[in-house]
Amino acid sequence: MTLAGVTFNPVAGVLLVPAVAAALLALLPGYRVTARLNVLATALTFACALSLLFGKPQPTAYFLVDDLNGTFIVLTTFVGFTTSIFSASYIGHELEIGRLTPPFVRFYHAMYQVLMFAMNLALVANNIGLMWVAIELATLTTVLMVGIYRTHEALEAAWKYFILGSVGIALALFGTILVYMAARPVIGEGLDAMVWSVLVKRASAFDPALLDVAFVFLLLGYGTKVGLAPLHAWLPDAHAEGPTPISAVLSGLLLNVALYALLRFKMLMAANAGALAPGPLMVTLGLLSLVFAAFMLYRRRDIKRLFAYSSIEHMGIITFAFGMGGPLANFAGLLHMAMHSLTKSAIFFAVGHIAQVKGTQRIADMGGLTESHPVLGWGLILGVVAIAGLPPLGIFTSEFLVVSSTFAREPLLALILVFGILLGLAALFLRLNGIAFGEPKGPTGKAQASYAPMFAHLAIVLTAGVYMPPALVAWFQNVAGLLG
Amino acid sequence: MSSIDFDVAHLLAGSLVLFSFLELYQDRLYALLNIYALHALVLAASVAWQAFVQDAPHLYVTAFIALVFKAIVIPVVLHRIIVRLGIHREIETVVGVGLTMLAGIGLVALSMVVMLRVTPGADPLAREDLAFALSVVLLGLLMMITRRNAVSQVVGFMSLENGLVLAATGAKGMPLVVEISIAFSILIAFIVIGIFLFRIRERFDTVDVGVLDRFRGDRR
Repeated sequence: MTLAGVTFNPVAGVLLVPAVAAALLALLPGYRVTARLNVLATALTFACALSLLFGKPQPTAYFLVDDLNGTFIVLTTFVGFTTSIFSASYIGHELEIGRLTPPFVRFYHAMYQVLMFAMNLALVANNIGLMWVAIELATLTTVLMVGIYRTHEALEAAWKYFILGSVGIALALFGTILVYMAARPVIGEGLDAMVWSVLVKRASAFDPALLDVAFVFLLLGYGTKVGLAPLHAWLPDAHAEGPTPISAVLSGLLLNVALYALLRFKMLMAANAGALAPGPLMVTLGLLSLVFAAFMLYRRRDIKRLFAYSSIEHMGIITFAFGMGGPLANFAGLLHMAMHSLTKSAIFFAVGHIAQVKGTQRIADMGGLTESHPVLGWGLILGVVAIAGLPPLGIFTSEFLVVSSTFAREPLLALILVFGILLGLAALFLRLNGIAFGEPKGPTGKAQASYAPMFAHLAIVLTAGVYMPPALVAWFQNVAGLLG
Repeated sequence: MSSIDFDVAHLLAGSLVLFSFLELYQDRLYALLNIYALHALVLAASVAWQAFVQDAPHLYVTAFIALVFKAIVIPVVLHRIIVRLGIHREIETVVGVGLTMLAGIGLVALSMVVMLRVTPGADPLAREDLAFALSVVLLGLLMMITRRNAVSQVVGFMSLENGLVLAATGAKGMPLVVEISIAFSILIAFIVIGIFLFRIRERFDTVDVGVLDRFRGDRR
């Protein structure tokens, strides 16, 4: 690790801050102090991530920062930061009603930081083995957090997630080993044959057949973690049964991190002329996830499950966009990923407080939120309008770009895409109608909520939909160019 | 490479596939655990042999972990858990044994066809190892699918993981193998034994995953 230097190293920052915070939070008692420390640590990590934008450290055998993962790191640490603010009020309430006990809260906070550490490690890793270990660590911590309530449902969800997640992780490791096997005759034995920046330079000489098989394993393995249908079975349960801040982090961040790993290997495949094009595989899985999730949205009875399926839908769109490739589709994919992360976590912030006020996650037991809790209700409506892809919010822009770029190249695929998006939109509004309007149902007590994170996210999404700063457009175009 | 090196490696990797098959048709948890212990023992021997042949002393660490942790500690602990839960009698399978075995043979054939075709350039030792390793991985997956009992699903996962270690050690000079095998051991120890089985026991008084299915959130 490049810690020894006198100069400040942002890579060490995004890794060490969460690691140290995790150790501290595991030791410190007292909810008030730890919740604040959690917020402070994520804010510091975010600051370190921002400084990455101004000076990129030289790549080493283990760490690499380029514009692609720079974007991911900034997004991850930002949502991690806002979620920790939401988490402070959410966990405070859970503690009050006795759903969580102080030791579990301590465990929760430590795990939150370990998760941030693992995600940042996966993002800055230049070594494909290290990246795999980091994603395994992230999976482990989220499994533990999903099961934290120790109810029947939470345990089942955690078990399912653990089994499916481990199988995915195992397949990804097999793929990683195959990539090493493909690289070894060209690069030689040892560490260099697992360093991504070396691999991508020499990839043209790798054995294409071996790379093909490796990519199929990596796609299935990391694809499980992205939540692509038909490998998505763990996702709705894990979202519905864990604490809501974790649902927000899962949907907004962890799925992206897994997708990022896939993108790195996609770039590797693209560098080899003889290897199969990864695009069609990703396009197929993406469309399948989109249409499948859109249909599944209609029969949801649980509010968190509803938005979990919506995450599958959007990961499908993003995977589709990256699968199509080319500057415009990649740009749209990146924008959609950022907008989805922000919007979905904002929705989960609202949903978390709503479920706490109502004491249930059943959609049938909620109603008339705009009357009983106007701020939460309208916040949720704004979030759903955004996630459904209506103008003038950011997701409209990115979905429009995905659809229009696809129409120009593959009109038939674009039709399926539009069908899936509209289907999902209708389902979401059908459910939203019952939740937000009509007679208020259930308890109508005052919500102890922190609205700032939710509205901050929604404000960014709105701004991006109305006016994208040219600097940001140029940045995304640059990254889209990297993806090829 | 002399032919005896190759033959022994081949024999050990082949036996690993054989033990995976043995696991497939066990209908008692005790027997399943014993076979798993043998599975891990063969893995340890195979890794140690690779360490010797490749002259890679760090692989002895992986072999040692496989021997102590997987072949001795895990089976003993799982044995105790089974006794305490009183579930040693039978394993509920989703599919019949005959069908499972046929599917297993199909999977082994599949992995041979896939791996041997794409690796004509690799050295024969790594090539065969990889084909066997993929068979073990797929057989482990098959076992996880066809069993409903949580303990046997875990055993399925662990034998799958043995296949991965075989693949990683067969890939000559691969860095981080020891670290990865330790990461896997932590994964197994941490989750499987420590938390889930006890929590499942606490809440359900059973480790049959079929019972867990009753609590599906969708049907609330």
